[in-house]
Amino acid sequence: MSKHIIELVDVVKDYDGTEALKGINLYIRQNEFITFLGPSGCGKTTTLRLIGGFEKPTSGKILFEGVDITDVPPYKRKVNTVFQKYALFPHMNVFENIAFGLRIKKLDKNLIREKVSKMLQLVNLEGFEKRSVDSLSGGQQQRVAIARALVNEPEVLLLDEPLGALDLKLRKEMQLELKRMQKQLGITFIYVTHDQEEALTMSDTIVVMQSGTIQQIGTPEDIYNEPKNAFVADFIGESNIIDGVMLCDYRVKFAGCEFECVDKGFGINENVDVVVRPEDIKLVSKDESPLHGIVRSVIFKGVHYEMQVDDHNGYSWIVHSTRMAPVNTEVGMYIHPQDIQIMKKVSAV
Amino acid sequence: MKKTWVSYPYILWMIIFTIVPLLLVLYYSFTKTEDGSVVFTLENFRRVLEPTYLKVLWRSVVLAFISTVVCFIVGYPVAMILAGKDMSDKSILVLLLVVPMWMNFLLRTYAWMTLLDRKGVINSILGAIGLPQVHLLYTDFAVILGMVYNFLPFMVLPIYSVLRKIDRSLIEAAEDLGSDSITVFRKVIFPLSLPGVVSGITMVFMPAVTTFIISKLLGGSQYMLIGNLIEDQFMRVYDWNFGSAISIIMMVLILLSMGIMTKYDKEGAGGGLF
Repeated sequence: MSKHIIELVDVVKDYDGTEALKGINLYIRQNEFITFLGPSGCGKTTTLRLIGGFEKPTSGKILFEGVDITDVPPYKRKVNTVFQKYALFPHMNVFENIAFGLRIKKLDKNLIREKVSKMLQLVNLEGFEKRSVDSLSGGQQQRVAIARALVNEPEVLLLDEPLGALDLKLRKEMQLELKRMQKQLGITFIYVTHDQEEALTMSDTIVVMQSGTIQQIGTPEDIYNEPKNAFVADFIGESNIIDGVMLCDYRVKFAGCEFECVDKGFGINENVDVVVRPEDIKLVSKDESPLHGIVRSVIFKGVHYEMQVDDHNGYSWIVHSTRMAPVNTEVGMYIHPQDIQIMKKVSAV
Repeated sequence: MKKTWVSYPYILWMIIFTIVPLLLVLYYSFTKTEDGSVVFTLENFRRVLEPTYLKVLWRSVVLAFISTVVCFIVGYPVAMILAGKDMSDKSILVLLLVVPMWMNFLLRTYAWMTLLDRKGVINSILGAIGLPQVHLLYTDFAVILGMVYNFLPFMVLPIYSVLRKIDRSLIEAAEDLGSDSITVFRKVIFPLSLPGVVSGITMVFMPAVTTFIISKLLGGSQYMLIGNLIEDQFMRVYDWNFGSAISIIMMVLILLSMGIMTKYDKEGAGGGLF
């Protein structure tokens, strides 16, 4: 596989006694689209700022192409950042904003003009050179911010929740556009977001973080289908998370019923978390499955119905199905062995 | 419903203490008393243009200009330190800056007299360590010092408040795009602080060019700036007509320079100084 462009080794970041990052180890491959995903305060933005050079780690090392850059100031790093609130220079027009980095490098005037207009083309803002940044819409400012960073041809582009301020439709458009640019330019994107859908749509690799630690690293499919623990399962998409007991290999008991599953290697009678995605539950007649419950509510969601089904032990299951079962009817729920995720209980959290 | 009546006391105040006096000054400047009767004349303005008075005017502008430059050179770094990240010692610095303003302006200036006097504190210290005494009081240096001392907060505070409002992420963005700290200052911080600089310059230059107390106390009774000239016309020579004419010219000059400043500010916001 391709080489590691950035590596974080035992990175700890301490803000006045509170640990924002508790020893992060991570490598980022060249040309991948990697996303730090997690709730606010999980340390994802701090990690990005460390890579950008705006913060220094309390301990640990940051390597760039194998070279230690922990103490290198931001202006000497080969990365560029798209800031959360764009941070466009209000005293400059669109052209000057994008040309900022090139002017500092003292490039030839014609070359600057050429590069800027190429960038404007890339972000679909041709003809906006003379406009003042205040006169642009949020989406346009966003594009200028991206162009301003990309025009410097960084090896790594850092994006700190760049789509947070845009409305849903624009956000979806920009997600696809960012992905397109990343493929077209072939550079590494490091993306920070708290929006799991955004992460799943764009990333090659997702790093799920919580309270300063990495919970799981993997492809979107891995993270979604094989969450490592209850936190990841809960954060990525909707999940039914229920206490269970591993009876032996390939046998698990939860919700008062025994199920076949595909997991092994747990202790006999070990307490585990069982995760089942709402769309993996099939509604059947109550004789066809040992697990049944009463439908409490039905919400139409467009593609599917979302139903709440209470089983006899009092657990409320969320079920997504294109078939609708009327409220107050008793239904059976069938779960395929492959769709039952067994996870070790996380002791500390 | 508009509650315009709440502004009536202020409007009344303005009429009595600003508009009426202004009209009186205008009236006096265009008239003179001849054989007990008042006649219209431009004589007063012609007199202002005499070389003696032009020299006084020029001198006032030069001294005020020097004071403003010194205030800017001293004040900008202070404003930057104040606006910096470190919160703990900031309040003390602001306090030190503002405390002198709580004392009466005259008292502060008198204090400088005792410091700068031939037998004052500075010369005593110099004498004690065996150095020759220096002539400090009643010089241009003393007047400029007095102006800078009195008007410095008016330079620092507007710059400080503009600097404090600059979004930190703009500075980070500039660093991210390859600027070292000097370039960040040159290309981002300073251009963005220009509105504060402009109002600081205005707030120092205007009172400095018209001052008469500082020049009288620290420059001596023979020291003549435009403010002293006007004061003399009203308080000693009793030539109110001539005094009014100088005042009018002074006001026009101030309005003009303010106009230029605000125009420059608007242009500066677009392009930057460098």
